[in-house]
This record gives sequence, structure tokens and C-alpha cells, in this order.
Amino acid sequence: MQTKRMTYPGRFLPYALLAPQVIVTLIFFIWPAGQALYQSLLREDAFGLRSTFVGLENFARLFRDGAYLNSLSVTAVFAIGTTLLSMTVALLLASTVNRMIRSRSTYTTLLVWPYAIAPALAGVLWWFIFNPSIGIVPYMLEMVGYQWNHRNSGSDAMLLVIFAAAWKQISYNFLFFLAGLQSIPQSLIEAASIDGAGPTKRFWTIIFPLLTPTTFFLMVVNVVYAMFDTFGIIHATTQGGPAQATNTLVYKVYADGFVGLNLGSSAAQSVILMAIVVALTVVQFRFIERRVNY
Amino acid sequence: MVENRPWANFFAHLTLMIGVAVVVFPVYVALVASTQAPGDLLRGTLPMLPGAHGIENFTRMWQSGVSNAGAPPAGMMLWNSFVMAMAITIGKLSISLLSAFAIVYFRFRFRMFFFWLIFITLMLPVEVRIIPTFQVVADLNMLNSFAGLSIPLIASATATFLFRQFFMTIPEEMLEAARVDGAGPLKFFKDILMPLSVTNIAALFVIMFIYGWNQYLWPLLITTDPDYYTVVMGIQRMTSEENPQWHLIMAAVVMAALPPVLVILFMQRLFVKGLTETEK
Repeated sequence: MQTKRMTYPGRFLPYALLAPQVIVTLIFFIWPAGQALYQSLLREDAFGLRSTFVGLENFARLFRDGAYLNSLSVTAVFAIGTTLLSMTVALLLASTVNRMIRSRSTYTTLLVWPYAIAPALAGVLWWFIFNPSIGIVPYMLEMVGYQWNHRNSGSDAMLLVIFAAAWKQISYNFLFFLAGLQSIPQSLIEAASIDGAGPTKRFWTIIFPLLTPTTFFLMVVNVVYAMFDTFGIIHATTQGGPAQATNTLVYKVYADGFVGLNLGSSAAQSVILMAIVVALTVVQFRFIERRVNY
Repeated sequence: MVENRPWANFFAHLTLMIGVAVVVFPVYVALVASTQAPGDLLRGTLPMLPGAHGIENFTRMWQSGVSNAGAPPAGMMLWNSFVMAMAITIGKLSISLLSAFAIVYFRFRFRMFFFWLIFITLMLPVEVRIIPTFQVVADLNMLNSFAGLSIPLIASATATFLFRQFFMTIPEEMLEAARVDGAGPLKFFKDILMPLSVTNIAALFVIMFIYGWNQYLWPLLITTDPDYYTVVMGIQRMTSEENPQWHLIMAAVVMAALPPVLVILFMQRLFVKGLTETEK
């Protein structure tokens, strides 16, 4: 890794400068992560008095456990649903805004602010709109003959958390798509329209392929968001229910550890999640190196 | 655009207006709900126009909260959120500036080791190691304190990388000139690096403030004393009630969402800069 050609000589100072960051990292990141690894290999008895070393037994149990496998597929549905919905809407809005000249910044301002809203608050807002007894949307759905009830219906609950999660993420995707669209050379688009390509054809044959790097980058970011940053949405609304229908992996770590007090299993789940984050981070960095050369 | 098509322009504006309407809708509903009288929300459907009880609801929420739901006054929760967000932001920025300075402008043993140590934190969001982190904080007697709310969240690989990246683009001549003039490392940091980094610091400040303000799981776990509740988690306490008082909850939601939204609206340029740079 490079430094400056000329540097300060340092025996003591650089360590002192790094100390605060390193101390916080060691105490609150490395040590707990080590603990999670260690606990994932232990099993506590029912009273939490003794723990015995069980090797990889906790992991093996997880993959035989129907609830955990269910949580894996719930997370997959949730992550894919959120990513698709949010990115599609954001791309539509960004490519429309990109046509505008005078009103571009006004629309941008009107679309970016949901980024500031906490996931938990986004959850509460959508929970309220979809509230089966007083919400406005179930009232309208009832007129077309659909009984919305996310308290009983697993698929309604899943839709609700996807809406809330996607809504909050639209502004982020929108900003990156807009930046991507603006970096496409105008000459390419003009050349295509001289050759007789209409707006739709131009979009699919020129603009969309040139946006691939942005799209791929956003896909990774959105999956990470849906998997790890949406705890607040789930906790403030469905709490994993009804009948485990929205029990995502991150929520399950919390529920099994703090509510169920099954520390070994919860730690093993943490370790699996860490492995997933590491894998996604590697994908993201690999890709960013490529984007530079694109 | 290349060709002029009035109809296409019309549809474009229509699409955007629908888009904006969908984005604004949940917040509009919250605003309307926060201005209703207590009974109005229990009578079937929600009215679509603001009621007359806005000031009353907001004052009540601000001053006394919903005590039977265990929610303290919103004024206090907002203050707690503000203190926590500021502590996290300032903490993150200062320790990241210092460590980026050390990594770029010094050559010392274990430099790479420290770099990777910081890098690893990028991969461990608090949600995935929540229980052992909670145990550490409990062992350190930091439950129910502002230190416990903020310090575990201030390590930041993102900010360190961003500052490292930025320091690398500063011309070599700056350091050479400073050394010729006899400036030591700390003077160079204070009088040359800091002034050059002002825009970057401001952009990151916006992002980090929003991050800090919106913390949810962490305050939820480590505060059991209502004096330390932050507003985002306090709202959850109210919604998990048997009969949630939606007119007051929505007043609290509006108050909780307002500060970070205002930050984005008034510092949009810095926000966009911070957002695009932290993801590089």
C-alpha cells in the first residue's frame, strides 16, 4: 500500500494517533466477534450454569432446523423483493428526471429526503397506512374485494415490510442512477437517434447496458441493506410474525439470543451472517476495481 | 432531450408527480393523523385532511409524552437523540482523521496490520454481533449512559478510508514546503490538512449525523432507563401498546423525522457528495 514519497519519521506519534481508533475497534469489534466465534462452539444448559464444548454441533443443528431454513428463504424473498422494487422505481424516476432540464433539481429534492428517515420509522409509517382497522390502504383494497390483514396473513406481512424497506431505499438508488445516467455521453444518444432509434430502443440498447456497473453496484448495496439494515423495520412492525413469515436472519439472531436466550445457536447464526457480509464485501470491492477500468 | 415531443414531456411530468406523491404519501398521512383528536382515529377510516388538534397533540407529546406506555416526553427523547448523534458523528470524524493521518503521513512498523484491523470493522455491522457486544458494554458498566450509546459505534472504517483517499490526492509539495518551513507533524495536520479537508469533513458530517440519529437496535438494547431513551426507539415503545394512541405517536414520528430530513434538504449538495463518496 502506498504512502507519500516524503513522510514524517515516527516512533511514538503514529501509534498515538491510531490508538483511539484501534482501542475502540479491539474492544467493541474484534473482541465481541471473537466471543461470537467462541460461543458458537459451546452449548449452555437450560439454566445457563454450565457450558460444554460441542464443536460444530450448533451449525449442524441450524441447518437441520426448519425454522432456520425458513428464515433463510424469508430473507431471500425479502432481499430480492426489496431490491427489485426499489431499483425499478428508482430507475424509472431517475431516467425520467434526467430528461428534465429546468425542473431536475426540484424533483431531485422532492425525491431524496426519505433517505433521512430511520428504518424503524419507515416501518411505523407503513404499518399505520396498512393498519387493518384504521389504515387507508386496506379500506381501499376492501372496495376491490381484497381483505388485507398483515396480522394473520404471512404474504401480506411480507409485502408490508418490502414496501417499507423499498420506499426508504428509493432515494439512494435514485441518486446513484441519476449520477450514472448523467455520465453517459450525450453524443452516443444523439448518434442513435440520428440512426432512427426511438426513446425506448435507445434506453434498452444504449442507456441500460452503459448503466450496468451502476446497476450491479446498487444490487450489492441493496442486498446488504435488506439483509442487515432493516432490523428496525421488522422489529417495529411485524416482529418476525405472523408464524415466522417475516423472520429474517438478522431479526432471528436478536430474537433467539435476547428473547429465546439460546446463546450458542444465536452466536452460530452471527458467525454465518458475518461470513455472508465478508463475501458480499469481497464481491463489492472486486467489482469496484473493475468499474474503474470500465 | 434529442427530440421534442410534447406528449412525452407530459407523461414524464405525470410519472414524476405520481412518484413524488407515492414517496410523500406515508409522511402526509402521518401529518394528518398527528392533527386529529384522540377519538377520530378509532372511527373507521382516517380523514384525509388535517384536523384542528395539531398544536395540542404536538405540545402534549413534547412536554409530557405517553407515560402509561413508558414513553418519556418527546422533547427529552429528541435531546437524547441529538446528543447521541453528535457524539457519534464527532467521535467518528476525529478518530478517523487521526488514523488516516497516521496511515498516510508516517512510515512505521505494523502499518499494514493496523490498516487491516480497521478494515475488518467494515465487515461487522452491529446487528450481527449484537449479543457479545452487549455483554462487553454491560461488563464495562456502560448500560444506560451516553458513553454506552455512542462509543461502541464510533469506530469507522468508511471515514478512515475516505480521509486516506483524500489525503493521497494532496500534492506532495504541501508536505515538502511545510517541512522546509520547519512545521512538525501536528502543526502540519492542524494548519494544512484540516483546512484542506473542510468540505470532506462537512459532507461526512451530514451522513454520519443521519446514521447516528437513526440508530435503533443499539439504544433499544442498552437503555432500560427512560431518561436515556432516544426518539426513534421510544416510538416503538408506544406502538407496541395494547391500544396505541396514533395521534400522539404520529406527532412523535414527525418530530423524530424532521431533524435529519431538514439536514438533507438544507445541505443537499454536501449530502450527495458524502453519499457518493462513502460508497466508493
